[in-house]
Amino acid sequence: MLAITRLTIGEAARRRVLWVLVILAAIAVSLTAWGVSSLIAAARDHGVTDLEIKFAVSQILIFIAFMFGFVLVMTAAFFGSPAIATELENGIAQAMLARPLPRASYLLGRWFGLAIVIVGYAAVSGFLAIGVVGLVSGYVPPDPILPVAYLAGQALVLLSLTVLLSTRLPPIAGGAIAVVAYGLAWMAGVLGKIGLALGTTSLVTASDASRFLLPTDALWQGVVYGLEPSFVINAGEGEFVARTSPFFAATGPAPAIVAWSVIWVVLILALAVTQLRRREL
Amino acid sequence: MIPMPRLSLDLPAIEVTDLQKRYGQIEAVAGLTMTVGRGEVFGFLGPNGAGKTTTVKLLLGLARPTGGSGKILGAPLGDLGARRKVGYLPELFRYQPWLKAREVLTLHGELMGMPRSRRGKAADEALGIVGLADRAGDLVGRFSKGMQQRLGLGVALLGEPALVVLDEPTSALDPVGRVDVRGIVRGAAARGAAVFLNSHLLSEVEQVCDRVAIIDHGRVVASGELDDVLGQAETLIRLTGLSESDLPAIERFGPPTLEGDLLAIRPMNAEDVPELVAQLVSMGAKISEVRSGRSSLEQRFLELVARDRPPAGTPSAPRLR
Repeated sequence: MLAITRLTIGEAARRRVLWVLVILAAIAVSLTAWGVSSLIAAARDHGVTDLEIKFAVSQILIFIAFMFGFVLVMTAAFFGSPAIATELENGIAQAMLARPLPRASYLLGRWFGLAIVIVGYAAVSGFLAIGVVGLVSGYVPPDPILPVAYLAGQALVLLSLTVLLSTRLPPIAGGAIAVVAYGLAWMAGVLGKIGLALGTTSLVTASDASRFLLPTDALWQGVVYGLEPSFVINAGEGEFVARTSPFFAATGPAPAIVAWSVIWVVLILALAVTQLRRREL
Repeated sequence: MIPMPRLSLDLPAIEVTDLQKRYGQIEAVAGLTMTVGRGEVFGFLGPNGAGKTTTVKLLLGLARPTGGSGKILGAPLGDLGARRKVGYLPELFRYQPWLKAREVLTLHGELMGMPRSRRGKAADEALGIVGLADRAGDLVGRFSKGMQQRLGLGVALLGEPALVVLDEPTSALDPVGRVDVRGIVRGAAARGAAVFLNSHLLSEVEQVCDRVAIIDHGRVVASGELDDVLGQAETLIRLTGLSESDLPAIERFGPPTLEGDLLAIRPMNAEDVPELVAQLVSMGAKISEVRSGRSSLEQRFLELVARDRPPAGTPSAPRLR
């Protein structure tokens, strides 16, 4: 399995994917630093208080995290959907699987390799963005590791789903299904929050079911919670508008849903291994 | 850790009994029975869609049989341990285009469980055998199709496997490359490897194989040593002045048949041809052409596989995978 993991990371490096990700991260972080510092300068010119600036910066960070989370999820889908399907289609996998290489080792090796690239990208970009915003604004989230970990977790969930689909479907189909599923899960999460605020049980149940099927939205709540300063949480907790917003979280995801996310990934990978074992090459 | 295979030189390299593979209603392999011994070059022939590649995939565990049984190097089909000693060139050969040729070989060395210290040397040897020693550091993505097939051949020969399975190994090669492959196959057999050569290039098989099996519709229609499959020599004489009633007089040379102006005696010893010609002349026949020899593999192949096929241009029966 290690050989396949190394091969997959090597492929990302040789195909210049890593460099592209590093350059994109550098551009995104530079623009973030420039944008945030410009906004702060303009706000100070208009007599905005430090507390208000802190609030604004935390909201900007959450918005950046939302955009970056989407990019990360798309990256995971682009990496995962061809991971198995393309190598089966073009014959590269057959040459390797005729060796004493168990199909589980091949699939898990591919997943680990891609997961390392994605988590690395999430960590470098996420910590750089938080660090640069902290430097120019003075605001650093209470526990910066948490939101980055949840962002990476979201991407790993999508990666696992696309790798599973890749054992049976062509890359485009697998990628499209996964991205649509992610979008629907996010919308279900928003509706669930509105349902909770309004006391609409059916919406809450539907949202819970969606989180059970694809737990990305629960992890997104962790990202938001991790980026908020405590005074925002205290102020927004009782407010209807805040409680229904996808960019506000009064609490982080429950430990049960975080544990389920981990179990979900393990189950999906087990299903992917079973599918690949059954497949006639 | 995958256990090392228990290899024995006494056991055949390949042994399958009543092997079957069905895809829905289509029977791709229908009761295949064959044995390939150590150190022999075995030609596996058949028209497109006869079930050759499916058979190869069953042997290598890439597909599962729906019936029958088989062993590779004494281990059941699909056994991971036995695959350490099997080299394979797929029909659809493709290797990581972002890797250098030598890296592809060291990767396969690692996948087959070769110690790290041996991988580089084994890779260089394999590259030397297939004539790519000077391209070891080039990216595979920049190779021509023929060079990629040579690389695939190197991958199949890496680490001196006990069994080499080659699926259409010369499909992308020029005539020079094809001659090279014959030498490479013979070289592998000379060091004791069994070579299973799946091909529809009959001249290639005829020149390099010890034994052949001809497969059609998933069944073996003929197998054995080349001499057995090709049959005995025949004599064909184009003549006039001979009738059916004259035939008993020449039966001592072999069973004669007369169709129009063509007299065929099959089988017939080629040494008796001058005596036969003399007798026919003495009987008043006028001879315009004499041909004596054995059927080529191509002729024999066409005889065997064309029997139950409709002529070209007519709607054909459902084809096999």
